[in-house]
Amino acid sequence: MEKFIKHTGTGVPLRRSNVDTDQIIPAVYLKRVTRSGFEDGLFAAWRNDPEFVLNQEAFKKGTVLVAGADFGTGSSREHAVWALQNYGFKAVISSRFADIFRGNSLKAGLLTIIVSQEEVEALWGAIESKPDTPITIDLETRTVSYNSTLLNFVIDDYTRWRLMEGLDDIGLTLKQTDSIDSFEKNRAEYKPKTLPVLK
Amino acid sequence: MSKTLAEKIWDEHIVRRADGEPDLLYIDLHLIHEVTSPQAFDGLRLNNRKVRRPDLTIATEDHNVPTLNIDKPIADPVSKLQVDTLRANCKEFGVRIHSLGDAEQGIVHVVGPQLGLTQPGMTIVCGDSHTSTHGAFGALAFGIGTSEVEHVLATQTLPLIRPKTMAINVEGTLKPGVTSKDIILAIIAKIGTGGGQGYILEYRGSAIRALSMEARMTVCNMSIEAGARAGLIAPDEKTFEYIKGKPHAPKDFDAAVKYWSTLYSDSDAKFDVEINLDANELEPFVTWGTNPGQGLPLNASVPNPADILDAEERGAAERALTYMGLTAGTPLKKIAIDTVFLGSCTNGRIEDLRSAAEILKGKKIASSLRMLVVPGSARVRLQAETEGLDKVFLDAGAEWRSAGCSMCLGMNPDQLAVGERSASTSNRNFEGRQGKGGRTHLVSPLVAAATALRGTLSSPADL
Ligand code: SF4
Repeated sequence: MEKFIKHTGTGVPLRRSNVDTDQIIPAVYLKRVTRSGFEDGLFAAWRNDPEFVLNQEAFKKGTVLVAGADFGTGSSREHAVWALQNYGFKAVISSRFADIFRGNSLKAGLLTIIVSQEEVEALWGAIESKPDTPITIDLETRTVSYNSTLLNFVIDDYTRWRLMEGLDDIGLTLKQTDSIDSFEKNRAEYKPKTLPVLK
Repeated sequence: MSKTLAEKIWDEHIVRRADGEPDLLYIDLHLIHEVTSPQAFDGLRLNNRKVRRPDLTIATEDHNVPTLNIDKPIADPVSKLQVDTLRANCKEFGVRIHSLGDAEQGIVHVVGPQLGLTQPGMTIVCGDSHTSTHGAFGALAFGIGTSEVEHVLATQTLPLIRPKTMAINVEGTLKPGVTSKDIILAIIAKIGTGGGQGYILEYRGSAIRALSMEARMTVCNMSIEAGARAGLIAPDEKTFEYIKGKPHAPKDFDAAVKYWSTLYSDSDAKFDVEINLDANELEPFVTWGTNPGQGLPLNASVPNPADILDAEERGAAERALTYMGLTAGTPLKKIAIDTVFLGSCTNGRIEDLRSAAEILKGKKIASSLRMLVVPGSARVRLQAETEGLDKVFLDAGAEWRSAGCSMCLGMNPDQLAVGERSASTSNRNFEGRQGKGGRTHLVSPLVAAATALRGTLSSPADL
């Protein structure tokens, strides 16, 4: 996973709340067996609309999505995170994210940042009046800054460390194999097993 | 120290706890399907890793598979590739799979319980948000993303931060014609699609205890629609009875029951939040908008966005009405439906089919619509056929299909056309969920059946 320490880019204002993962990437795009190439499905239903924010020249190069509340509700598809990343987004800012989406994003290295709804509104205002406003996200200091505004955000120490080091969760857990082994020794006998494999 | 049910299960699965780190939890059962697993298996291969516990892992094919002509190769080459990839991965890594044509194939959340693999006190995960369904057995069950699928395959554990707990107390008795689907739709309308975020929900109270296991699964299934990753119900005699005799029921059943009987929230346990709902007052519920929180009793009318105070919500309601092609003030019962979909992991179990069949028996569906009946699993389909339910549906003019997710998400050929309107027993009414431009009203199986007969949104009482 790529390290995330600091990122500066421009913003894309998505003035919608409750953007669910079916909106981020519709199910028909989920048939692929690869992890890349999902950018064409991002917000597919809205991409035909010339007014849609991603179709406006001024926002085409944005890397920081600023979205309404309850972003990423619905299905657990991590493809939603990949689609955003494949398209070029490095971070999403919102006042509230759905749990699974947020978990997926932080595993895959897409930073999801929670600020208050007023702060989202102010950021929307700033980007809309001047789309090339640089926005800097600093994971070290846990801040978002643009113009003369500095916003603090909360992220737990462990996740922050993992993202800054670009560490693979699985590798970290495999270091705990001894603990897993000893846990398994004490598991109750009556817990169900799925095998043997049926031929 | 007194604990909630969720806390008890959580604590019993901690492999490792360290300051400032998420808890490492052991996973008792990992369910797999074709859509969210290919990239995870790829990750294992790339890193030369194995599946740690194939004997705690099980796969089936559901999201993508056709519900017609299942004896023929899958027509859509992209879907076929995904299903073939799952089969190849299971073979390579030694995971048991129930493929199309197998009696245990079906929607992953129907299959787990019917095999008896879903049991109280377990931790269960799947790369699918409706894994919360299994919470009906008093298991801690939640959906995960593909990175986490890979993590569980490789380690049989997951690093997780413990959510808070919310008690949802539903007291009273449901009126005839009101079902567990209406309970959960009313809860979501009350707390909103974000209301459960960060919580594990525990459904409690006399109305919940009175529900059958299948009806409890319907409630837990839609916990995610309230924003919660997991929802559960304390196990009781009904739970034990349901598991007894299933293929994977514990051999030492008494030992298991002894443990299962300890799984409840202690009487003085503290929940972070408590919500109350009066079951006596509930009516059949239906959604009018494009998220599951936009629902109302069937006797109401399409709301007027101008009456909504919150600007965000007002905007969302306006957009929803435009998308849904509805005018404020229209009685919900006047809305004409083109397609009725009976199925999904919410309401595709045998009881759901029975209750709908009872209403349809000896009658004909309205000529203005089509009705798709899609059993949740091949086993449910067989059972229904044994009971003659297939004949009831066919005689009424409905289509009788093979098992799968089908029109719940329209990944296979079962989709709504642009502008087509459905009454659907599934769980999501998002824009385009059942097909691009399709319009979805979420309903219970009883409302679905009554609607099929009348052509407009209806409850059994209207017949
Ligand atoms: S039936 Fe629908 S909600 Fe359930 S697993 Fe399938 S697609 Fe998901």
